[in-house]
Amino acid sequence: MEGALLLSALSAVFITLAIVFVLVNESLAFFRHVSIIEFLTATQWTVMFEEKHFGIAPLLAGTLVTSAIGLIVAVPLGTVIAIYLSEFAPHRVREFVKPLLELLIGVPTVVFGYFALLSVTPMLQKILPDLPGFNMLGPGIVIGIMITPYISSVAEDAMRAVPMTLREGAYAMGATRFRNALTVVVPAALSGIIAAYVLGISRAVGETMVVAVAAGQQPNFTLNPMEPAATITTFIVQVALGDLPHGSIEYQSIFAAGLVLMLMTLALNVIGHLLRRRYREVY
Amino acid sequence: MAAELTPSHRMEPQALRALIGRNKQSDKIFAIVGLLAMLVGVFALIWLLVGLVMDGGSRISWQFLTSFPSRHADKAGILSAWVGTCLVMLVTTFSAVPVGIAAGIYLEEYARHNWITDIIEINVTNLAGVPSIVYGLLALGLFVYGLGFGQSVLSAGLTLGLLILPVVIVSTREAIRSVPVAMREAAYALGATRWQTVHDHVLPYSTGGILTGIILGLSRAIGETAPIITIGALTFIAFLPPSPVTSEPPFISFEWLMAPFTVMPIQMFNWLSRPQTAFLNNAAAAGLILVVMTVGMNALAIWLRYRFRKKIKW
Repeated sequence: MEGALLLSALSAVFITLAIVFVLVNESLAFFRHVSIIEFLTATQWTVMFEEKHFGIAPLLAGTLVTSAIGLIVAVPLGTVIAIYLSEFAPHRVREFVKPLLELLIGVPTVVFGYFALLSVTPMLQKILPDLPGFNMLGPGIVIGIMITPYISSVAEDAMRAVPMTLREGAYAMGATRFRNALTVVVPAALSGIIAAYVLGISRAVGETMVVAVAAGQQPNFTLNPMEPAATITTFIVQVALGDLPHGSIEYQSIFAAGLVLMLMTLALNVIGHLLRRRYREVY
Repeated sequence: MAAELTPSHRMEPQALRALIGRNKQSDKIFAIVGLLAMLVGVFALIWLLVGLVMDGGSRISWQFLTSFPSRHADKAGILSAWVGTCLVMLVTTFSAVPVGIAAGIYLEEYARHNWITDIIEINVTNLAGVPSIVYGLLALGLFVYGLGFGQSVLSAGLTLGLLILPVVIVSTREAIRSVPVAMREAAYALGATRWQTVHDHVLPYSTGGILTGIILGLSRAIGETAPIITIGALTFIAFLPPSPVTSEPPFISFEWLMAPFTVMPIQMFNWLSRPQTAFLNNAAAAGLILVVMTVGMNALAIWLRYRFRKKIKW
């Protein structure tokens, strides 16, 4: 029995190995045709055109802009919600509003894409009349709304794990709720809050459908959120929709893009791990 | 802190009162800011739902559920999509649930503290953070071409199975961990083997938690679009996979596993990428049904967790 159970548990290791193998294997084939120098320095990504350029920079720019907008929305919102739920909210409000917020996690990303394209962007166009129908701003904001509940729930868990005695100490010194939250609870839970941010960032970087639906799928080397663009993930979707022959350079290019994405999330997780260790408080 | 407090010793009572007043003021302000922040999230959810209902609500009808996709928006429906979703979920459930529960049991009840266990734990944590589209690439290389399953129900089901495996493992572990050690000690004291203890005592008490995890995992799988597109699922399917039940012995056929398919989120994405408003309304209707399914499953999971927490008193 134990053997079968161990084998099941090892499946997690097998999956990781398989991901690394598939991505690296196809990427190696890709880099036999394309030099790594071109891949990293060229500023055009035109894999689907007659004249092919393989510079990942435009896709990275798209990923960067949409994720950054998402984080500008989600980090303050998620942090404030977490502090409020953990330190301020009356029991009734907590019991009622928290499940509603958790329901946001259950909404499929393609539906968020619809929301970005047909609800958020038209509203933004009323404020910014020059905004094109496909842009990075709308999807970025929607990504922010999407990852807010992830950040708030992980950060709140971290804050609630801070021992009551610390709060009681602060209150005994005459601290108000807000002071207690800002000077005692948040610093004590910092490692967990950072973990929440890292989770949010990797969600934003890996988000696909919102951007695929609402940002236009055109590789565009720009940092201007008012313009349409493609991200690493939307490029993969776009190629996969085109039904390309197995083994072609286009086919291999999506694995190279996937490898970059994987390395980005891996780097984020390592940084997060180091930061967490740096700020860990033991009680 | 100290530097701030020292001068206040010399503060006039009036100034002190003003300071306290300001601090209390900031309390009230933050209470309002916090409430507003939460309302932003709730408002977004409501806005999203209202948008879907306004655009797609009128499209939902018996005809919409029982028609194949069509070039004419008003005749199109989601029959092949919801049938495909059901079949894919069947494969996902049967692949992820047994493996996930077994892995959870191993890590909580059998694993010794050694490097193998450490590696497994690190992998489970990391897999939960891998973007879903990367699972799609894995499946494209491994299932579609490596094992030759093609763009089939089987490939899609296994892909989503891999995707929700970490969810099932983590929730199984949490559920098992919440069973008090005293239960196990009592079983061992009566001479039960490790497996008997797990099977007869630990598992029954953790069913609620495990079930919650499975439902949450499946609700995530239903809405996943990117990995399924990546394995190359077709977006226009105007036929159904072969029926799993046949009229001739042995009455059960597995031909559907290898059939091409489409699923709800892909059907929605397909309609979304067309410019005509009529198709966008179809997308809204499909999205509404999808949201009702996933949000319903989430609500069910939240309710189950609450029920089981209430029922079991140690």
